[in-house]
Amino acid sequence: MKNKMNNRDVNPAPNGRRRFLKIGGAAVIGTGLFFMTGCSDDDEILMENTPPDAFDLGGGNLGILNYAYALEQLEAAFYTKVIQGSYYSNAPASEKILFKDIYNHEVIHRDFFKTAISAAVDQSKVLPELEFDFSAVDFSSRDAVLGLSQVLEDTGVRAYNGAGQLIDATDSAGQTYLLLAGKIVSVEARHASAIRDLINPGSMDFAGDDVLIGLGGTGPAFDKAAAPKTILNEIIATGFLKTAFTAFNLPNF
Amino acid sequence: MNFIKILDILSNDKLLNEKSSRRDSFQQFKNVGKNVAMASIPFALAATSSKTKAATNAMPSAAMMASNEDVLKFALTLEYLEREFYQLGLDSGVIPEADQTVFNTISKHEDAHVDFLLAALGLMDGDLKPTFDFTGAPGGLNLDPFNDYPTFMALAQGFEDTGVRAYKGQAGALANDGALLTYALQIHSVEARHAAQVRRMRGEKGWITKSQNTLPAPFAAIYGGATPESNTVQGGVDLSGLFGAAGGDDAVTEAFDEPLTMNEVLTIGGIFIV
Repeated sequence: MKNKMNNRDVNPAPNGRRRFLKIGGAAVIGTGLFFMTGCSDDDEILMENTPPDAFDLGGGNLGILNYAYALEQLEAAFYTKVIQGSYYSNAPASEKILFKDIYNHEVIHRDFFKTAISAAVDQSKVLPELEFDFSAVDFSSRDAVLGLSQVLEDTGVRAYNGAGQLIDATDSAGQTYLLLAGKIVSVEARHASAIRDLINPGSMDFAGDDVLIGLGGTGPAFDKAAAPKTILNEIIATGFLKTAFTAFNLPNF
Repeated sequence: MNFIKILDILSNDKLLNEKSSRRDSFQQFKNVGKNVAMASIPFALAATSSKTKAATNAMPSAAMMASNEDVLKFALTLEYLEREFYQLGLDSGVIPEADQTVFNTISKHEDAHVDFLLAALGLMDGDLKPTFDFTGAPGGLNLDPFNDYPTFMALAQGFEDTGVRAYKGQAGALANDGALLTYALQIHSVEARHAAQVRRMRGEKGWITKSQNTLPAPFAAIYGGATPESNTVQGGVDLSGLFGAAGGDDAVTEAFDEPLTMNEVLTIGGIFIV
């Protein structure tokens, strides 16, 4: 397994085309040093100020695993702040149980990815611990916590749904990774549903038209599936991410 | 439960192989629809004959996996079951006013899932549809879900949690076709949203702790199976005992949903299939 991942990891970008997606810290966003590439059909974003020694997520399945690990680091860091905040400490018991559960799940996801990737490849290829800055979030506000939780969970669902097809499942390790993505994405969807119902109880929002799409003319009944570059750009836009890393070799669509 | 009948349905390739009928019904669907995304599906399926075979042959366990068509037909069986269950539930008046928005929403989604799968398979509504009996008589039960709301809720939870596990179990089989895999995942996570909602309405957590079954005893299999919901080994890593500060093994099992095999799902579904 180790060799295979190493081989994939050094593969150049698909079709020999250079990937311009770079992930910078929030400070980069603040200074506005990013712009769209000229390709009309491709909305990859180039960000400057990424340190030359920034970690690259890698290619192939390793890249996807590191990408998932980054998402889980973000979620776990956020819920760590939530349960340290005053909304949580003053929340009704039912909401406390819910947020403690979600915190637990995300910590487990994060630590699982760290362990699993570390077992498969050299430590130098494992995404380092990322730094986040949630100072813009009011963790005393129920609305703020629930609203951001909803965005994060819905984002997780779109991210894993999009990542599935990018996993090379032609060997048994790849099949395992695909199944793992499936095992986690439905839990993210359960979280999203529960948080959405907390925000608007008894409504259709647990699986609302705002988050679902139709396929081939059906009504909205399908979750979205988003490409890593879309998700990573959204994460950059939040300003929460402080550690720069790049995604030059990540499979995409 | 009539296993043979379900397997017959699943192995009935006749309709799929009639290209003209597939094209016609697809054309009909396309005329109704506004989105061209669907256009890729029948062609993706058509392409499976040559391209997919090469891909699946490279897979170590390809022989154990269902064909893409069989997976879609399997999904259609489940979606037919869910669609009919919610339609009958909404028509029966068993659902209290306060809960109707939720079940109307779920019902609309299941309608759309059936429509989508029919179009993908090139089938007409009613094709390959089993006859359902929600009393559970085919499985030796005597339930009354359309007069007894707790029973209706329990079955709804059971169907949704089963649906999540069923789609998950087939992801690997669809890996040779990225578009189909993605469509299946897009349904899979919606089933999970439904499941969490119904569970919470029943006073449970939205996630599954170990293999705890709060449904009638005959439905324990919904949380069991070869890889039960109580599984703690993920990607070869045994996570049991590692997360004492993060909810312990209960949370470990909640954090990962588990798959059911096609046969496990059909055994559960067979309780309601005449």
